[in-house]
Amino acid sequence: MSSVEGLVTQIQGLSSTASDVSSLHNLLKQADDSLHAESTRLLPFLDQLDPSKHSLGYLYFLEACTAGPVTKEQASSFVLIIARFISSCVSDQIRLASDKFIFVCKRFKDQVLLLEEPLRGVAPMLSAIRKLQSSTEHLTTLHQEFLLLCLLARCYKTGFSILEEDIFEVDQPRDLFLYCYYGGMICIGQKSFRKALELLHNVVTAPMSTINAIAVEAYKKYILVSLIHHGQFSTSLPKYASSVAQRNLKNLCQPYTELANSYGNGKIVELETYVQANKEKFESDNNLGLVKQVVSSMYKRNIQRLTQTYLTLSLQDIANTVQLNCPKEAEMHVLQMIQDGEIYATINQKDGMVRFLEDPEQYKTCEMIEHIDSSIQRLMTLSKKLTTMDELMSCDPLYLAKAGRERQRFDFDDCDTVPQRFNI
Amino acid sequence: MAHEEIKKGENTQLYREVVHKIDGRLGPKYSMDATWCNMTDRKTEQRKEKLENELNAYRTNLIKESIRMGYNDLGDFYYAHGALGDAFKSYVRTRDYCTTSKHIIQMCLSAILVSIEMGQFTHVTSYISKAEQTPEALDSLTVSKLRCAAGLAHLAAKKYKLAACKFLEVGPELGNSYSEVISSQDVATYGGLCALASFDRTELKNKVIDNINLRNFLELVPKVRELINDFYSSQYASCLEYLGNLKSNLMLDIHLHHFETLYDQIRIKALIQYTHSSVSVDLRMMADAFKTSVAGLEKELETLITDNQIQARIDSHNKILYARHANQRNATFQRALQIGNEFDRDVRAMLLRANLLKHDYNLRASRKV
Repeated sequence: MSSVEGLVTQIQGLSSTASDVSSLHNLLKQADDSLHAESTRLLPFLDQLDPSKHSLGYLYFLEACTAGPVTKEQASSFVLIIARFISSCVSDQIRLASDKFIFVCKRFKDQVLLLEEPLRGVAPMLSAIRKLQSSTEHLTTLHQEFLLLCLLARCYKTGFSILEEDIFEVDQPRDLFLYCYYGGMICIGQKSFRKALELLHNVVTAPMSTINAIAVEAYKKYILVSLIHHGQFSTSLPKYASSVAQRNLKNLCQPYTELANSYGNGKIVELETYVQANKEKFESDNNLGLVKQVVSSMYKRNIQRLTQTYLTLSLQDIANTVQLNCPKEAEMHVLQMIQDGEIYATINQKDGMVRFLEDPEQYKTCEMIEHIDSSIQRLMTLSKKLTTMDELMSCDPLYLAKAGRERQRFDFDDCDTVPQRFNI
Repeated sequence: MAHEEIKKGENTQLYREVVHKIDGRLGPKYSMDATWCNMTDRKTEQRKEKLENELNAYRTNLIKESIRMGYNDLGDFYYAHGALGDAFKSYVRTRDYCTTSKHIIQMCLSAILVSIEMGQFTHVTSYISKAEQTPEALDSLTVSKLRCAAGLAHLAAKKYKLAACKFLEVGPELGNSYSEVISSQDVATYGGLCALASFDRTELKNKVIDNINLRNFLELVPKVRELINDFYSSQYASCLEYLGNLKSNLMLDIHLHHFETLYDQIRIKALIQYTHSSVSVDLRMMADAFKTSVAGLEKELETLITDNQIQARIDSHNKILYARHANQRNATFQRALQIGNEFDRDVRAMLLRANLLKHDYNLRASRKV
């Protein structure tokens, strides 16, 4: 009891300057076990501490409080406390004990889910990420928790906004897998299939030494999204994908690769019968909605092909070529595609004719020039980043040691820049 | 008819097959004549023994020329009897005993003959090249024979352009001399049709229509000559009509059994040529010219456009085909933007992967320490 009170006073005293904070940190680390031992009685002490000034101390106390199992009644009060803490804490202090912070946030997520109100957790988690990140290119463990909450709460837009940022630094590979997988699902929800494909591709081709379940699930979705977006799917993974992935992924996703084959044949009736036959499998993977989208995308692709050969075509002919039941359905499909901006056409209802137009983009407007200019700037920055990274890597002693050792195996040109003294 | 032909020769195997096929449908005169079969078989046995004995005698004497002639006779005998594999083997064995290039050429020609009969055109090509490589200059007759054989080999391999070139180079000296393999009319027919299916307009004019040598051959098959002229002068209706007439005969031809492919290719070329020079074409008139319905024509054109062989678009409402030229400028912009996006995506993914690998490597390194 007294040790806890003593701790509280020390926290209050030593939280002003950076040197004080670091000595406080050492004290807290030593007192950690005793805090954990008295976890049930720590709650009232939290009122004595101010989260914005004594963030580090508050964090330690909070972590000890939430370490044990939490009941539903306690959960709602904890949720409030933690949410307030997250919004008011100081990022410098919590970064000193980042794993504790992550632990607290994870418990926060668990409690929010226990209360079945994931929406309450979305905003606090977002601010938590911002406070923990060292830069916007940094991926923390909290990213995937945040995306999970967004998925469960169905607020895709907030999740999507964080996906806009590029990630270059990763703490834990497992975080990346989950982040990209959930991110892919959010993009699918937002119907931004290009970005979804990018994220899922990252999961599938990430370096891994053994196959993991996340990669398998991601591969299944990858096949489906690839069919929707590109209309085709190649079963060979690029060379930089890990050998484990290349060998095993195809075999573990058998129904999906067969679906892709069936799609490639171009017969809608076959595709639909295949989907019907394997309905339970798709449903158990929670992919049935996506599979249905694949089937409807086939109609779209067939209609798009028609725009390449015809200037005008009657609705009856469209219905026949694309294997729809009647001209009315064809009209609906074409109308939907025009609204989504997938084709350019006009429908003449009197004659029952559709007139296909060229893409009106002439690449002459100011907006287009700005777009091109900004793309060029972005690519130049990216290039520079690549060169700096390359330079950094070639000065890294670990890399030089390994390259020096393997000199005999590789081409002379590859190892040319490695100084001789690294030959071991 | 086949029945009588075979009885003149000594090929009992073929005789048995033909009788089986006739199956007594043509009356008692054509039923299996077992006695004749047995008699012929016995005769062949005797002859075979005699030849083999002679051959053995020559071999012990080690006279090259006689050994060679012995093998040759054996080969001829097997060929007449229908045992083509044995015939081929015997001819090939003469190779070791050939002294002059004339012998080599004779050997090659026989081998080619048997291979064509067997349908093994890989052998044909190899022996043709062997014959062409002999140090002595070949006389023009042999050259023509070799070219015919080469043409047939290419035809069987469906390389129509090469076949056409070979056939068109055959000189008029061929006459009737290679009749066990190919007749002059056949040279003209095969050459003409392959040329039509695979040459473009300038080649067609230079090599076929202006070709004096070929003119002599084409005189023998006036239909093919008319066909080619019609195609060149864009009278596709009559051209296709001639082709249709020839079709029934040519379907049974032993070498041109994939006539359907040639027909389709000629038709496609005609379609492309018809639309090539116009900005817009009325589909109804075109359907009349090609003797098909407008709907069917639309389907054919659709396939050609999808395969990118015609650059055009169909106005299905007014039934007109409009030529369409891609807008280079727009296409360039589009491609440039696309490449930019792909670069962006790939580099970002690569940097991410590099980071993961570095992390993994650091982890391993720190664990070792």
